[in-house]
Amino acid sequence: MSRLISCFNELKQLNRKALIPYITTGHPELKLSVELMHLLVKSGADIIELGVPFSDPFADGPVIEKAHDIAVAKGVGLSHVFDVVSEFRVLDKKTPIVLMSYLNPIEMLNNARFAEKANIAGVDAVLIVDCPPEESSALAKELNQVDIDMIFLVSPNTSDQRIKQIDQLSSGYIYYVSLKGVTGSNIPDIDHVVQRVNHVKTMTDLPVAVGFGVKDGKTAAEISQAADGVIVGAALVKELHDHIPTIAFTKIAEKLSDMRQAMNRAE
Amino acid sequence: MKSAEIKKYIWPDKQGHFGEFGGQFIAETLFPAINELQKAFSIYLKDSDFQRELDEDLAFYVGRPSPLYFAKNLTQYLGGAKVFFKREDLNHTGAHKINHAVGQALLAKRMGKTRIIAETGAGQHGVATATVATKLGLKCVIYMGENDMKRQAANVYRMKLLGAEVKVVTTGSKTLKDAVNAALRDWVSNLDDTFYLLGTVLGPAPYPEMVRTFQSVVGREAKRQSIELTGKLPNMLVACVGGGSNAIGLFYPFIEDAAVQLVGVEAAGKGIDTPEHACRLSAHGRVGVLHGNRTYIMSNHEGHILPSHSISAGLDYPGVGPEHAWLKEAGRVNYVNATDKEALHAFRLITLKEGIIPALETSHALAYVIKQAPLMKSSEIIIVNLSGRGDKDINTVAKIDGITLMEN
Repeated sequence: MSRLISCFNELKQLNRKALIPYITTGHPELKLSVELMHLLVKSGADIIELGVPFSDPFADGPVIEKAHDIAVAKGVGLSHVFDVVSEFRVLDKKTPIVLMSYLNPIEMLNNARFAEKANIAGVDAVLIVDCPPEESSALAKELNQVDIDMIFLVSPNTSDQRIKQIDQLSSGYIYYVSLKGVTGSNIPDIDHVVQRVNHVKTMTDLPVAVGFGVKDGKTAAEISQAADGVIVGAALVKELHDHIPTIAFTKIAEKLSDMRQAMNRAE
Repeated sequence: MKSAEIKKYIWPDKQGHFGEFGGQFIAETLFPAINELQKAFSIYLKDSDFQRELDEDLAFYVGRPSPLYFAKNLTQYLGGAKVFFKREDLNHTGAHKINHAVGQALLAKRMGKTRIIAETGAGQHGVATATVATKLGLKCVIYMGENDMKRQAANVYRMKLLGAEVKVVTTGSKTLKDAVNAALRDWVSNLDDTFYLLGTVLGPAPYPEMVRTFQSVVGREAKRQSIELTGKLPNMLVACVGGGSNAIGLFYPFIEDAAVQLVGVEAAGKGIDTPEHACRLSAHGRVGVLHGNRTYIMSNHEGHILPSHSISAGLDYPGVGPEHAWLKEAGRVNYVNATDKEALHAFRLITLKEGIIPALETSHALAYVIKQAPLMKSSEIIIVNLSGRGDKDINTVAKIDGITLMEN
């Protein structure tokens, strides 16, 4: 059974929702990435979304964009991401890891080699921001061979017809984008998100996790009323911009624990 | 140099592919907007009211048709093929960009959009967009890289005079590719009222096809004018290729005319053996995905997009329109390059021989013509797309000459 399925099954038995933090590999420094990942797990993360640095992250808002810029400037790329995952797996064989990437780094390596390396490193799923279902078949075939899940996005404006199509191609979970915008924006209307997530859930058997714009325990708790998981990225990454690493790590741990507790209370 | 014959040109397919290139590599949230655009484009393409309005604007506002000018002095000097200029520099705003700006802005208006956004490199597309937006009473925001703003200060002011808001982009390499990123972020955040008026034949479908449709008026006119003036089709067409809009505009109506050689000229910057160039097709490009389409790009092995370089901001982009990628693979277009130095030489030569100051972008195409025309017979004809005028580049050239022009 895949780590993602076991994870969601286990959470279901505990009547809990998944807390899914995002960080960009190599930000603020490559040598801190593995330590940061273990800290995320210790602070309540069930799954980790690991960003693959890219020079042109056009779907990301200023906070995560800056994290990419910093990692890219330090020469970090996909090859280092595999190293980070392998090293993380030495101590943690349980926490599912989802790579969040743009397509070009994967294309430059080539689909088959990417799937092979991701599998060896211990990656569980892949979400490619600029690879919609229509363009995904070649990569999906390679990922399927090594049992790596492929996660797709559903947006507030995605039609029911597309949701069905996305559901058929998705495995792992469905990533519901809470707003029409970039990562780290403000969610305009939580009730609407809850409503939409409930709607999406009627159309899929997969877990639905919500990301973009989740900033605190309150929002996480409200969203997890409907969603199976909550993704938090920019709010954590921002701490790494604002503070030196030791302090940022403490703040990230606090923030994540708060969210974990708020979500648990809500359940 | 023999180019492949294409009997029936059918691209793009329904999903916007040109062979393996093109497509729609965008985030999910943009899909409804892209679908809405695709639908509107296919409806208005066949709408006679829309076509009439477009034709009127092209005739009376842009000043079409642009002349096909026989460059007699240059021809005599080079001593070979007869060289004709397709004078897109005489268009309103001074370049071919206005052709697709007018078309897209009219479409935006019909779609009920009230706000237009665009990216710009040299500033020509930004100026063209600001121009049509103000004419149609649409709000206009132009994204421009900080480095490009320094190179093209006059165009920045021109856009502001035209009522546009110019937003400086300070991320990444601070050039055109980063301006595209910023425009995409704006679009995805303001889908309901905003139309992204893309400046070239790239991006997700339907942009490459839509911009080609609006630009191909250049090639259609050139074909007709060539027959009127010379009684035959030209032997060769030459155009510079940044994103590739002026080249596709000229080439497209000739693709099935196998006897007409098509040559696209990229910017070789400081030379293709240095990292400072913009040769995606003619030298070191790789097939990858950037800004919504699969095409030839400049990328390192980790997939990071490499900064390009050219003396001309309009050719300074690490990707190229997917149709050019396909035309290269199909062997229909021959892609070559010219260095900064060769372009500057052409810039000066054409200015002195013909009394026409060409844009530095265009000067790359002219640099190839200078090399190629003497190798051809005097009965043969070359048409080069004189895609823009060089007034905007005066500061750049003066600086190279060690002259500081007085400002204010």
